[in-house]
Amino acid sequence: MRDVNMATTPTPRKMVVVYSRADKIFRRIVTAGALASLLLLGVIAAFLIFRSSGTFRQFGINFITGSEWFSAGEDPLGGATTALADADDASVFSIGPMIVGSLVVALIAMFFAVPLSIGGALYIEFYAPRGIHRGLVSILDLAAAVPSLIFGLWGIQIFTPIGVRWATLLNDRLGFLPIFAVEFENFARSPFVAGCVLAALVVPITTSVAREVYSRTPRDLIDTCFALGGTKWGAIRSVVIPYGKSGVIAGAMLGLGRALGETVAIYLMLNLVFDYSNQILDSAGGNVASMIALKFGEATDKEISALIAAGLVLFVITLIVNMIASSIVQRSTPRA
Amino acid sequence: MNSVPATDRYLGIEPLRPWAVTRSTRLKNLSRLFVFALVAFLVTITTPLAKFDGWAVAFLLINVAWVFGQSSRLGAKERQDAVLRVVFTSLAVLAFVPWLSIFLTVLLKGYRAIYPGYFFSDMRTSTPEDEFNIGGAGHAIVGSLIMVAIATVVTLPLGILSGIYLTEVRGRMTFLVRFIVQSMAGVPSVVAGLFIFTTIVQPMGKYSGMAGGLALAVLMLPTVSRTAEEVLKLVPEDLRSAGYALGARQWRTAIMVVLPTVKSGLITAGILGVARVIGETAPLLLTSLNTNGFVWNPVSGTVASLPTYIFSMFMYGTEYSTSRAWTGSLVLLVLVFGFFVLARRLGTTAAQNAKTNSRKARKLKKKS
Repeated sequence: MRDVNMATTPTPRKMVVVYSRADKIFRRIVTAGALASLLLLGVIAAFLIFRSSGTFRQFGINFITGSEWFSAGEDPLGGATTALADADDASVFSIGPMIVGSLVVALIAMFFAVPLSIGGALYIEFYAPRGIHRGLVSILDLAAAVPSLIFGLWGIQIFTPIGVRWATLLNDRLGFLPIFAVEFENFARSPFVAGCVLAALVVPITTSVAREVYSRTPRDLIDTCFALGGTKWGAIRSVVIPYGKSGVIAGAMLGLGRALGETVAIYLMLNLVFDYSNQILDSAGGNVASMIALKFGEATDKEISALIAAGLVLFVITLIVNMIASSIVQRSTPRA
Repeated sequence: MNSVPATDRYLGIEPLRPWAVTRSTRLKNLSRLFVFALVAFLVTITTPLAKFDGWAVAFLLINVAWVFGQSSRLGAKERQDAVLRVVFTSLAVLAFVPWLSIFLTVLLKGYRAIYPGYFFSDMRTSTPEDEFNIGGAGHAIVGSLIMVAIATVVTLPLGILSGIYLTEVRGRMTFLVRFIVQSMAGVPSVVAGLFIFTTIVQPMGKYSGMAGGLALAVLMLPTVSRTAEEVLKLVPEDLRSAGYALGARQWRTAIMVVLPTVKSGLITAGILGVARVIGETAPLLLTSLNTNGFVWNPVSGTVASLPTYIFSMFMYGTEYSTSRAWTGSLVLLVLVFGFFVLARRLGTTAAQNAKTNSRKARKLKKKS
């Protein structure tokens, strides 16, 4: 039987694609253009490593774990000739508290942002009346486009009083817990308030990712749930949330990357202090990105090298977070 | 959502929807919410819950309590469903309130310092504390536009090329390119600024608009290439096959069939990138700084831009300078939204074009 089939049905010919010379040139140009972004990322990393190598050589692991930032020189910016590399001057650079502070603020932001964006996305996709659905989606898009500087201004002038009230309340009721304790009752410019503003900044990003994933849930599955007598929450719990889980995680990671790299909003909202602290309501915190912006203005040549080293650390952290996010996205896309 | 089969619509038969909310129930629901809002307001007056956030908490609690009261005659499942509906709705409201507050604040605080000269004059002859009828942000607007133009000139070709690579050439590195582009979208803006500072500002020995524009380009590239890819994906395979069938080589098909089809979509990609970077502050603080006068030459030295203008006005800290900062924010926000709406309109026409083209192609196929 098999043999007969083999004999009668012709096997498909092997496809051979031959590109003309013009096509080859075209493909090469396009490939080069596409590789530019690859190259750019590599060049960024290379330059940061190259320019920060001096700092890492001098301070080693202390640069990441230590908690002191002291610049001894008075060299103005651009004095490339003053790079005498006097290794025995008193300058000490290390960013331990800044890294911890970045993580703390970002985690506070995610603590508020993740439930808000999951709830918001579910509401927009499944509860919002049909008439306002489109309007909500466009507001979401616009909110994602608001520059972070404006979030910072809003945070200082509008949100700070509200955030301080919340912080006071937390301190009043839960002050016996070490993280809610404070030394001085000054809650403005604390990691908590800054984290709240950062949450407002991150929510549009995570919500729009979550919403998009939820909207791709197969309609049949949801209808099946209803047909079996399930409620709307039943359908969401048993179909929508499991279906969108990886997408929502990816969105949260993207938001986390954004929160870790945020500069100006934090610069305006947070009091930078070079000391480890476990009190999120105290008016003292750390942040790598805004420290770079803060110290950059009057930095000496050696200090700039240290700032670039800090930038490299930040770059590596956010790159890891984002790569995790995009690998989750890529793995979940074909199924969707 | 719209699950009415085409044939029913054609025959004019609408299926019954006994579960649909009638007007009277909707009215009843709205008036109930209104009453609850009033009660919550009374609560804020009489108890320690204060201000808007206190009101919101009271409102939510009243709603949940009502749902529980109502659902005593329902089963456990329905009760859970009803409570979660309230919870999701309030989470959504909570998520939307900050943005609405931001839009309103910018509008209300920003309109004060606006006068026609604001768009045409600079700050050379006026201090931040002057009355609002002199000085302005013209120089900042011009500087921002110049830098964004530089960024666009650099990134648009690269972004489109990588889009073509991912959709037309489909080479071996498709996965890698897509992965890197997505990861690059998360490069912190201050790191982009540092990179340009070490590669361009230090060797040149001065801050410049060119450096600022290139820093923005680093941030803009991922947005542009991702949008370009999404747009190019919309081109129906039929069009490509038609191109090949007519004997066109791949490059001719790409340049003369695929790209013209999504021309407006590619412009959208550029505009979206512009909207993404025009408000970036941190990289400009490291590369182009700020200045008080008009600068037209992007390599001459420091250049003002809207974000750095807002930033410095705000840091100046007086009442008038803060007002100027808010007005700058209003201008920035209007620019961003303008670009955004433009991109969206062009984008929808692009999608429609692609669709109609494919429909035309299908019709032609059927005829033949």
